[in-house]
Amino acid sequence: MKILYFAWVRERVGKPEEEIEAPAGVSTVGDLMTWLAGRGEEYAYAFENPRVVRAAIDRTHVKAEAPIAGAREIAFFPPMTGG
Amino acid sequence: MTVRLQREDFDVNAEVAALTRGRADIGAVVTFTGLCRGSEAGEPIAALTLEHYPGMAEAEIARHVEAANARWHLLGVTVIHRYGRIEPGENIVLVVTASSHRQDAFAAAEFLMDYLKTRAPFWKSEERAGGAQWVEARQSDDAAADRWEPAPRRSEAAQ
Repeated sequence: MKILYFAWVRERVGKPEEEIEAPAGVSTVGDLMTWLAGRGEEYAYAFENPRVVRAAIDRTHVKAEAPIAGAREIAFFPPMTGG
Repeated sequence: MTVRLQREDFDVNAEVAALTRGRADIGAVVTFTGLCRGSEAGEPIAALTLEHYPGMAEAEIARHVEAANARWHLLGVTVIHRYGRIEPGENIVLVVTASSHRQDAFAAAEFLMDYLKTRAPFWKSEERAGGAQWVEARQSDDAAADRWEPAPRRSEAAQ
C-alpha cells in the first residue's frame, strides 16, 4: 500500500510517500504507526507521540482503531491548520 | 457547488458575480475571506506556506459543502482555498454562500469555515525570524467545529 506523510510528519520521516507491505499482525492504523515507528530513528521521531498524529485511509479521516485491510492509500499528518 | 484549490489569488467580486449571475431567487450572499496576518502573538511573520493533501482536500471540502446543503437551504456555495507561499495581506481562503434569506447563508458560511479549520487537510508553516515553524492546531478551533454537532436534519431544524 501507498503511505503518504504531510507537514512535520513528512519532514521527520524525510520523504513524502513510499510503498510498503505491512507484515501480518499489523491490522489497524494504530498497529501500522507502531510498526512504522520501529523502522528507524526518523520514523521513531515522527511517531514518538502517536496520539497527536492523524490518519486518513483512501482520503477519508479515520481513527487509530480503523482496520487497514483493503486500503490503497494511508496518510499520516499532524492536526490540520487550514482555513 | 464550486470547490477549488489553487496557488494563485482569487477575486471575491468575480466569485460572487459567478454565483449569482442570472438568478432572481438568491436574496442573500455571505462571503468570508481569510487573510494572512503579518504577526502572530506579537512576533512578525514574513509569510505562510500552506501544504495540502491533493485529492483529499477537495473531497473533504465537498463533503462539508454537502453537509451544509443538507442542513440549510442554500442556493449556491463556492469554496476556494489557496496553497503554497502566501504573504501578509494576501488572501488564503474564500467561502461564499447564497440563500434566499440571510440566516441560512450566515450559518452555512460559519459552519464551513469552522470545519475547514479543523477537518480539511491543510497545514500552515510560518516564516519567522528564527526559521520556519509549523502552526499548532488550536483548541478553540476544535471547540468551534464541535458546536455544530450533532447535525439536525433540515426538516427538523425548520420546525
